[in-house]
Amino acid sequence: MKLSLARDTLGLVGGTYGLLLVASLITALLRRWKDPERRNPVLLNLAARMKAWWVMVAIFTVALAVGTIGTLVLFTAVSFLALREFITLTPTRHGDHHALFLSFTLALPLQYFLIGIEWYGLFSIFIPVYVFALFSIRTAAAGDTTDFLARIGELQWGLMVCVYFISYVPALLTLDIPGFRGRNANLLFFLVAVVQLSDVLQYVWGKLLGRHPIVHTLSPNKTIEGFIGGTASAAAIGAALWWATPFLPWQAALLAAGITLFGFFGGLVMSAIKRDRGVKDFGDMIAGHGGILDRIDSLCFAAPLFFHLVRQFFTP
Amino acid sequence: MSRWQNTWAAAIRLATGVGHLPDVAMPPQRPAVFFANHSSHLDFAVIWAALPASWRLRTRPVAGRDYWLRTPWRRWAADRVFHAVLIERMHVTVATNPLALMVAALDAGDSLIVFPEGTRSPDGRLQDFKPGIYHLARARPAVPLVPLHLDNLNRILPKGELLPVPFIARLAFGPALHLAPEEDKVAFLVRAREAILSLHHP
Repeated sequence: MKLSLARDTLGLVGGTYGLLLVASLITALLRRWKDPERRNPVLLNLAARMKAWWVMVAIFTVALAVGTIGTLVLFTAVSFLALREFITLTPTRHGDHHALFLSFTLALPLQYFLIGIEWYGLFSIFIPVYVFALFSIRTAAAGDTTDFLARIGELQWGLMVCVYFISYVPALLTLDIPGFRGRNANLLFFLVAVVQLSDVLQYVWGKLLGRHPIVHTLSPNKTIEGFIGGTASAAAIGAALWWATPFLPWQAALLAAGITLFGFFGGLVMSAIKRDRGVKDFGDMIAGHGGILDRIDSLCFAAPLFFHLVRQFFTP
Repeated sequence: MSRWQNTWAAAIRLATGVGHLPDVAMPPQRPAVFFANHSSHLDFAVIWAALPASWRLRTRPVAGRDYWLRTPWRRWAADRVFHAVLIERMHVTVATNPLALMVAALDAGDSLIVFPEGTRSPDGRLQDFKPGIYHLARARPAVPLVPLHLDNLNRILPKGELLPVPFIARLAFGPALHLAPEEDKVAFLVRAREAILSLHHP
């Protein structure tokens, strides 16, 4: 297998590991000074999160280096684990069994296969048209009408967020941008870095200045101050990464702001779902972060927006 | 053989999202009887896979002979993978007395996995217990009875389905029970059933 990354992609990878190294050093120093007995829950959580970040970044860069196949396999696995967390929290009945089985064994892999063969005309409608129609027919045929609309709606929303939305991340590799051939991995890096950094920055700004929650009943940690600070700094980071993208600096800043906006409110939507189900996290797979769906919720909402904006304005 | 059993167990844990039972869940002495709610064919496989490896090699699920000997594949799984104690459910005679088979396994030093409901629950709700576990507790009162609660297995593989859906399963454990002196059958069966119900947190 040939491992290959464009030179500026290597720059992004190196920068990411540099950033992780600095963050890990700061975490280690903080713990040595402030918490030598290892009891402070905030610092324990921070240390667990840093460890998990190293693993996640390592997996992500290996997948990118392997190429399209590696990235597709990674996101197929991410979708599988996310959908699994989602439906475990969703009330289902025996009548849903076949539609659920086909969600994992047919809809999910086929979506990524269609992206793999770059069939845009089908992968962009496959789940919302064919899967939604056929799976609700299958569930109706099972004959159990109790909570029928809620049940098909919940499975559809699970497929939408955990498979359809997130599949737009590897779909970025299929975009044919003039003068940018062979460097599409940078777009993935741009999207993932801006979304994840904006998550972190919103948290930091919220902790420093946050006074006014955006939606009181949802998440006291998501504040107007955190939102504005996070969006502005994510836009600045986006602009600073312009050299690795097909965008001008102001375009990169606008796209980063758009990504952050969708990501932020996507996180609110997923918080509403967790509140409704009475849980704090979707799972416990990633130490310190919660479930995989807790880590990728903003990415899910940002990915299709980013894909379609780039496709609209930067491809012929 | 044991190497493959560990591989099977790891695969089952990975597929169902269930981790190892911690050492504190294990009673101090062996053998023991693990009893759990029953909603899926996967139940005993999940419990078996979640046991610490040293326990797993000496723990045998108790299962219905009529079902597990019906096809060669089931026979292979029951015999070679899980080393099951197969008991007669339909035509019990002196020669096929289920209690005698279970007691013999305990006396040989093997722990047991039993499902006191006797059969899988059709809707995932805990049914009344059959008296078997009472007779087992009376025959070997020193053997600790460990309650286990399995969650979501009826969603992974409900009764009547062949294909599993990968929900995340949960396995909870409670403190071991013993039959109290003078405790009658009904009181004990209710107490054992409550021990499992108390582990269920929706």
